[in-house]
Amino acid sequence: MYRYDATDQRLVDERAAQFGDQMARHLAGELSADDLRPLRLQNGLYIQRHGPMLRIAIPYGALSATQLRKLADLTRRYDRGYGHFTTRQNLQLNWPKFEETPAIIGELASVQMHAIQTSGNCVRNVTTDQFAGVAPDEVADPRPYCELIRQWSTFHPEFAFLPRKFKIAVNAAQEDRALVLAHDVGLELVRDDAGEFGFRVFVGGGLGRTPILGKELCAFLPRRHLLSYLDAVLRVYNGHGRRDNAYKARIKILVQALGVEEFRRQVEEEWAIYRDGPLTVPDEEFDRLAAHFAPPAYQQVADAAGERGELDRLAAEDREFGRWLARCVHGHKVPGYAAVTLSLKKTGVAPGDINAEQMDVAAGLAERFSFGELRVSHEQNLVLADVRLPELPELWRSAREAELATANTGLLTDMICCPGGDLCSLANARSVPIAEAVQRRFTAEREHKLGDLSVNVSGCMNSCGHHHVASIGILGVDKRGEEWYQITLGGLPGREAKLGDVIGPSFRAEEVADVVEQLVAVHEENAQPGERFADTLARLGSTPFRERAYAGRGRHLAQERKPADAANNP
Amino acid sequence: MPQIIRKDRIEEDGWTLLRPAADVEIATVELPATPILVPLALWQARREELLARATPVSVWLAANENPSAIADDLARLPLIAVDFPKFTDGRGYSIARSLRDRHGYRGEIRAIGDVQRDQLHYMRRCGFDAFAVRADHDIERALAGLKSFSDSYQAAVDEPLPLFRRRAQASGAAA
Ligand code: HEM
Ligand code: SF4
Repeated sequence: MYRYDATDQRLVDERAAQFGDQMARHLAGELSADDLRPLRLQNGLYIQRHGPMLRIAIPYGALSATQLRKLADLTRRYDRGYGHFTTRQNLQLNWPKFEETPAIIGELASVQMHAIQTSGNCVRNVTTDQFAGVAPDEVADPRPYCELIRQWSTFHPEFAFLPRKFKIAVNAAQEDRALVLAHDVGLELVRDDAGEFGFRVFVGGGLGRTPILGKELCAFLPRRHLLSYLDAVLRVYNGHGRRDNAYKARIKILVQALGVEEFRRQVEEEWAIYRDGPLTVPDEEFDRLAAHFAPPAYQQVADAAGERGELDRLAAEDREFGRWLARCVHGHKVPGYAAVTLSLKKTGVAPGDINAEQMDVAAGLAERFSFGELRVSHEQNLVLADVRLPELPELWRSAREAELATANTGLLTDMICCPGGDLCSLANARSVPIAEAVQRRFTAEREHKLGDLSVNVSGCMNSCGHHHVASIGILGVDKRGEEWYQITLGGLPGREAKLGDVIGPSFRAEEVADVVEQLVAVHEENAQPGERFADTLARLGSTPFRERAYAGRGRHLAQERKPADAANNP
Repeated sequence: MPQIIRKDRIEEDGWTLLRPAADVEIATVELPATPILVPLALWQARREELLARATPVSVWLAANENPSAIADDLARLPLIAVDFPKFTDGRGYSIARSLRDRHGYRGEIRAIGDVQRDQLHYMRRCGFDAFAVRADHDIERALAGLKSFSDSYQAAVDEPLPLFRRRAQASGAAA
C-alpha cells in the first residue's frame, strides 16, 4: 500500500497541529462555534445526537495491520471500545470527547492516518473496489489512481469551500463494485484500442434526497489528463453550483440544470487553459505510484486445483465452513490465492460495527494470512485480499472465534445500514433495530438458498445506507413524530445501476420485517431454478410483490411515487 | 488607518472600500477623495468619471461576478478585490485563479469580506496577495495563517509545479 514520504508525513503533521490550534482557539473564545464548524467538519468532527462523532479517513479503504491496531487502541482509550465502518470506507467513532479529538488526530498521524476532508463541502475520501489489485476482472489496479486523486484533493486550495460535498469513486473492473454512477464524479479505468489507459468519466450521480445516476461526461480521458480535467470540472461546479439551497447544491443539480452537453462545454473551456500544462501526469509518476502497490511476494501454491478440491472436501464435511467458502471467499488474479471477506454483519450487532478486540484479531489475521494489509468494503465489511488457499481453514477457525466469519457476504443479512436515529441527529427513524429485526427473520439455511439479495436501510432521505440501489430498500420517514418506513423495490448497484421504486404507502416499524419476508416469499414461491430475487422481480414485475406486501394490512397502494418523479418535481 | 496583510506583512491601507447598499442608486453614490475600491456595477456605470479622477480607483468583484467583465480594464487597475460574503463561500478562490491564470493579471488581488486566518493559506495559493482580515479578528495573529503548511500537492498560482513534478526533479537530481 502507499507509504508516506517525508512530505506526506509533514503535511499530515501540520494538519494535526493546525486542527489542534483551531480547537484551542475555539476553547479560548477566539474562534466562534459557527466559524469553527466548517473547519472541524473538514477534520471529520461532527456534533451528533449524543455528542461528537469523529470520522477517520481510510483512503480508498486501504488499511495496514499496524493502523488497525492503532484504531483499536484509540477506541479503547478515547471511545467506548468500538467503531463503525461506513459505506464510504471510513471509520466513525461515536463517543469521542470534543476536547480530546486533537489528541486522537495527533495519534492518527503517527500511523500515517488522519480525518482530513471526511466531511464538509470539499472533495471527500476517494473510494474504490475492495478487491482492487487482486480482482480477476480488472483492467489494472485502480489504487495508484486513487492515491493520485487523494494527493490532488488533499488541501486543494481552490476547492475547500465548494457549494456542497464532492465524492469521487474509481472502478477498474468488469463488475462495478465502487458504484461509480452514484458519485459526483465516477471514474472507470479503461484502455483504448492503442492500449493506452484512460478514464470514462461520469458526472452528477448521487443518492440522497434527489437520487440521480451519473451521466457520461467524457468517453475516454487519457490518464495523463486526469488532474487537469478534474480541476476543470470542479472549477465549473465551484463557480456555478447553487449556494442558496443546500438541498440543491450538489453537482448533480447543476448538471441537470445545464444539461450534460452545456456542462461539458464549460468544462472543456476551463480545461483548455490547463490542459497539457504542468498538471499533465507523466508515466513516471504513474509508475512511481504503482510501485507502492506492487504485488506482494506471493508463494507458489504447487497444486492450486488440488487445494481447491481439498477445500471442497472440507466444505462437504463441515457445512458451516462450506457456506463461508461459498460466500466469503472470492476469486483472485493469482492461482492458489483468494480474497476473503471478514463479515461485520453478525445479527445482533449494528452492521459495520467492530469492537477493539475484533480489530486486534483482524490485524493479527492480516499479518498471519495476508501480508499485513486489509481493505474496507463499501458494504461495511473487512477484506483480506491475499490469502493462500491452503490457509483458508485455519483463517476461518480464527475468524470464527472472533465472530468475524458470519457466512453472509452478498446475502440478505449482509445489510448496508446507516447509524440512524440511535446516533444521527438528522435521522427520521432508527435503522439499526430495523436491520436486526429483518436479519432475525432469516435463518442461515434460508438466506443461503436465496443467494444474492441486497436489503439496505437508511434512517432518512440522505440515504447513507444506499437503500436506493438495493433490491429491497428501507427508508425511515417521519410521520407526525412517529417512525415509519418506506420500501423501495428493484434497485441495483454496479454497472447496471438502477434506483428502486417506492412500492406504496409506508409501514410501521413493527411491520417492516414482515413485509420484507413477504416480498422474499413471493420470490421463493415463483423462482425458477437458480433465479435470484432481482431476476424474479425483473421477470414478474413488481405487482405481485406489492400486492403481497399490503395484503391484509388494510391499506392500499395509493400515493405511489417513484423517486425519479420526486426528483423532477421537488 | 485600517491595516491589511500585504505580501506577508501588516501595512496601513489607504484604500476606501465603497459598499453601497443594494437599494442605493449607483448614480448618486458619493465618491470620497481618497483612493477608492468600487463595486463592479459602479465601475461599469461611471467608468469615464472614475478614470478622470486624479486619485486611484479600483474594482471589487462580488462572489458571483465574473472577471471577464473587467478583462479589458485589467491593465488600468492596480488592484482587484474579491469579496467573500461568508468564508464558506469558495467562489472567490476560482475568481482569483481566473484573474491570474486566464487573464494574466499581475496586480494586487485582495481578499475582502469574511476573511479569516484559517483561509489565508488557500487564498494565497490561489493568487491573493493581500488580505483585509475581518475587523473583529486580530490581524497580527492572523499572519500565522499564511504558515499553516510548508508544502502542497497541487499546482496553483504560488507554485506552478505540482508536488509530483518537484518530487521527480528531486529524485532526478539525487540520482
Ligand atoms: C452519523 C453521521 C452522518 C451524517 C450527519 C450524515 C449526513 C449525510 C447527509 C446530509 C447526506 C446527504 C448529502 C446530500 O444529499 O447532499 C449524506 C449522504 C451520504 N452519506 Fe452520510 N451521514 C452520516 C453517516 C454516514 C454513514 C455512517 C455512512 C455510511 C454507512 C454515510 C455514507 C453516506 C453516503 C453513501 C451518502 C449518499 C451518497 C451521496 O452523497 O449522494 N454517511 N450523509
Ligand atoms: S441516512 Fe440519515 S439517519 Fe442515516 S446516517 Fe445518513 S443522515 Fe443519518
